[in-house]
Amino acid sequence: MKTPEVIADRQPDVKEIHILWTPDGLSCDGDTVSITAATLPSIEDLIMGAIPGLPKVHLHNRVLAPTNGSDYMKPWFAAAEGKLEPFVLVVEGSIPNEEIKQEGYWAAIGTDPETGQPITLNTWIDRLAPKAVAVVAAGTCATYGGIHAMEGNPTGAMGLADYLGWDWRSKAGLPVVNVPGCPVQPDNMMETLLYLLYQVAGLAPMIPLDDKLRPTWLFGKTVHEGCDRGSYYEQGDFAHEYGSPKCLVKIGCWGPVVNCNVTKRGWMDGIGGCPNVGGICIGCTMPGFPDKFMPFMDEPPGATFSSMLVGSYGKLIRSLRAITNQTVNKEPRWRHPAPALTTGYEPKHYGTGNGHGTHASSGGIRTPERAR
Amino acid sequence: MATLTETRETTPKTRGNIVEMSWDPITRIVGSLGIYTKIDFANRKVVECHSTSSMFRGYSVFMLNKDPRDAHFITSRICGICGDNHATCSVYAQNMAYGIKTPPLGEWIVNLGEAAEYMFDHCIFQDNLVGVDFCETMVKETNPGVWERAQRTEAPHAKDHGYRTIGQIMTALNPFEGEFYRESLQMSRLTREMFCLMEGRHVHPSTLYPGGVGTVPSIQVFTDYLVRLTKYIEFMKKVVPLHDDLFDFFYQALPGYEKVGQRRVLLGCWGSWQDPDVCDYQYENMDNWGKAMFVTPGVVVDGKLVTNNLVDINLGIRILLGSSYYEDWTENGSGEMFVRTDPLGNPVDKRHPWNQTTIPKPQKRNFDDKYTWVMSPRWFDQRTGDHLALDTGGGPIARLWSTALSALVDIGYVKAPGDGTIRIRLPKTMTKPEVEFTWRIPKWSNAIERNRARTYFQAYAAAVAMCCVEKAMDLVRRGETQTFTPFKVPDEAIGCGFHEAVRGVLSHHLVIRKGRIANYHPYPPTPWNASPRDSYGTLGPYEDAVQNTPIFEENGPDNFKGIDIMRAVRSFDPCLPCGVHMYIGPGKVLQVNHTPTALLGMAKQGVTHNPAGVLK
Repeated sequence: MKTPEVIADRQPDVKEIHILWTPDGLSCDGDTVSITAATLPSIEDLIMGAIPGLPKVHLHNRVLAPTNGSDYMKPWFAAAEGKLEPFVLVVEGSIPNEEIKQEGYWAAIGTDPETGQPITLNTWIDRLAPKAVAVVAAGTCATYGGIHAMEGNPTGAMGLADYLGWDWRSKAGLPVVNVPGCPVQPDNMMETLLYLLYQVAGLAPMIPLDDKLRPTWLFGKTVHEGCDRGSYYEQGDFAHEYGSPKCLVKIGCWGPVVNCNVTKRGWMDGIGGCPNVGGICIGCTMPGFPDKFMPFMDEPPGATFSSMLVGSYGKLIRSLRAITNQTVNKEPRWRHPAPALTTGYEPKHYGTGNGHGTHASSGGIRTPERAR
Repeated sequence: MATLTETRETTPKTRGNIVEMSWDPITRIVGSLGIYTKIDFANRKVVECHSTSSMFRGYSVFMLNKDPRDAHFITSRICGICGDNHATCSVYAQNMAYGIKTPPLGEWIVNLGEAAEYMFDHCIFQDNLVGVDFCETMVKETNPGVWERAQRTEAPHAKDHGYRTIGQIMTALNPFEGEFYRESLQMSRLTREMFCLMEGRHVHPSTLYPGGVGTVPSIQVFTDYLVRLTKYIEFMKKVVPLHDDLFDFFYQALPGYEKVGQRRVLLGCWGSWQDPDVCDYQYENMDNWGKAMFVTPGVVVDGKLVTNNLVDINLGIRILLGSSYYEDWTENGSGEMFVRTDPLGNPVDKRHPWNQTTIPKPQKRNFDDKYTWVMSPRWFDQRTGDHLALDTGGGPIARLWSTALSALVDIGYVKAPGDGTIRIRLPKTMTKPEVEFTWRIPKWSNAIERNRARTYFQAYAAAVAMCCVEKAMDLVRRGETQTFTPFKVPDEAIGCGFHEAVRGVLSHHLVIRKGRIANYHPYPPTPWNASPRDSYGTLGPYEDAVQNTPIFEENGPDNFKGIDIMRAVRSFDPCLPCGVHMYIGPGKVLQVNHTPTALLGMAKQGVTHNPAGVLK
């Protein structure tokens, strides 16, 4: 039989790829910092080629780059001139509106050799997006505008798809890939990059995205659906104060209506998270974040109604379960040290044991005492 | 600009060999920062420097009229590496405004979260970001002579860290490939897990609230923290001597290296870790509970403690403009006096954060006038009438210096005995015996000592964590598990929070009217450190420290990396969602203009690009 081909033997369709990752929108660099926490895969797993079948990855990220200044900017200028291919562009931070003012800049990186002025992030997006194999928005600021796009903001901030257009497609036919989260859950971001690398390598079909351009396998479920406090909700048992281990919807948790896997995945290797560890879900992965969830610490309007409905049913279920719970917390009666076998088994050959027993006649099986 | 430059003594009269050099962006920091300098290669020193920031987001603008309870969720998003410091500081300010106090167990949980943040952040910055400036690849490129010497220099503490020579330490620091680089990256993950156990998520916490935390205080959560902490403590017993060896080597190998990044000792520290037995968050008692913090607040000028009273510290803060892209709120009646006197009756200045109004005014970058989004926080010294450009030295050096001078901390694992030292006791761990580290007030406030202090503060944070976890476990065992105090938001109130973000002083000032935010101004460390020339012409700390820096790099102008300047700037642990640009000049005739090293590479690639050249 012929040995089947394995991925380790296969050359990726693209041998080397650059990831140009700019945290230079209106950002806090939190998504870059977040991926340094990732382990599934870790940043070094990708850079050092620990996973079979992938192209060699060259990461250009301001926070992690060994080079400085224009040494660091070199690949950016080269990519803009079509001299660095192929590359994936990752944008972090809200996209400001640079058109609303006379002069100056809201967000910039590098210096324009013609004018001596900073080059705005928007200019970089205009230069690079048409040449990129894929464009990824990392974090809620870049995906939908996020915190800096809050009502009353002075910069006119928006998300990348708002800026490029929701129907925008890369030269390889990919829409903007959105990985929301404030910041991104570390492994969610790295796993998405991993998927794209498989796709570029020719090993995976088009990345499955929903209509908000999120990877479906990561954002297809709600926080509530993965929450280990969901059962408190089902039993109508709600926290009225922070610090309680019960369901948090009455004190501000939006989990039932928010698309996010943090309650399943935890924050790092299953540790931490949001409502599962006592933090209300403030909807930080959502296009409506933050405005539609503020004030964060008030009960979401919808929760008043749904928690009232579940209240009476939940209380009944809870009291019935309490009874059963008491029952199953007791061992069956036949487990005892008394010199009598009461399990229901009728021994033939035990004799009388140590002589203290008051055995019934031997042979046959009689009905055991049932546990209540 | 020309006037300003000529009044500065550091600008030499002869300009024949002065070269414009710019680094934009400065990498391996958080936020985008560019540095524009003029370097005198004949005299091997930096003669001028400008620092600028390339981003404005407008927190103080869009927080207006929001529910004050949203403040910690929002302000956490200011920073992607120490956002939790902001959330914590905001909670402190809200606690004051709401008149509440966190229950003891809640306070220990916050303390443990913040300790984990220091342990994580200093770890990743020191060894994965700053460390690269000291790694084999970098040293070979910039100072081949130093690399050659490092390979044959025995490491004095080899038995503690396992690297026989300084050269081996440098190799272990190579990005991604170096063993110690990867080990530190992994430890930065372990400590972030510890953080998540206490505050839910890194870097924007989920379980932090005014009045306490939502963290469920089980035996398990503290055991999970404690066991990880012991692993970090074991790691510290290797890390501290490793860095001592590395940094001491630079003083030996490059005599005069103490001048790199050196500036006058002007340090600020706003204190860290509350003692729940003392802290009631009332402004009237702030001096008292400030002095009970496990890092003592203080303003240190020329090595002397000016004050360790948080009320004095608070009242001395001034926000100056000068070179920043903002309209002055004290002019044209555009700003309002929100707080005329503090709760003790002391007058509050119109340039104090409580009375600040942020009015952004985007404009072209002009190094002769306005060149940055960073404002210039200063501390008004009543004794002299000076507006002091305090720096934080990246946090640890100011914290250790202030704590050592005040000699108030004595918590078992950490003690400031009053002899200019800090004693840090790390208990026995799996393979290493108990160790006591002693940090001593250094002779200089310079790049090497800022970096050294960072390592010692990692151990300090671990020791404080050990104290706090013992206290927390004791409360849980006794059944005192309340972590949250209910509260009501008052119609009218003011509050302030003082904390140490990882890289230094952090304050949040809050004014509530009609139950909404009427004013909110956070001041993180980087505006202090990265500030531009203020309205009095005083340079910001990066500008000042770089402007005094001599050049030890062996490369000439054609292949110049600017490593000494990079070490000077990074020693401050810049965290800019704001930035530094250093710029060299007022447009005088300069012989050479170029951007370090880039041109060679660009020429090879056929790309013509000369960002610095346009500055003249």
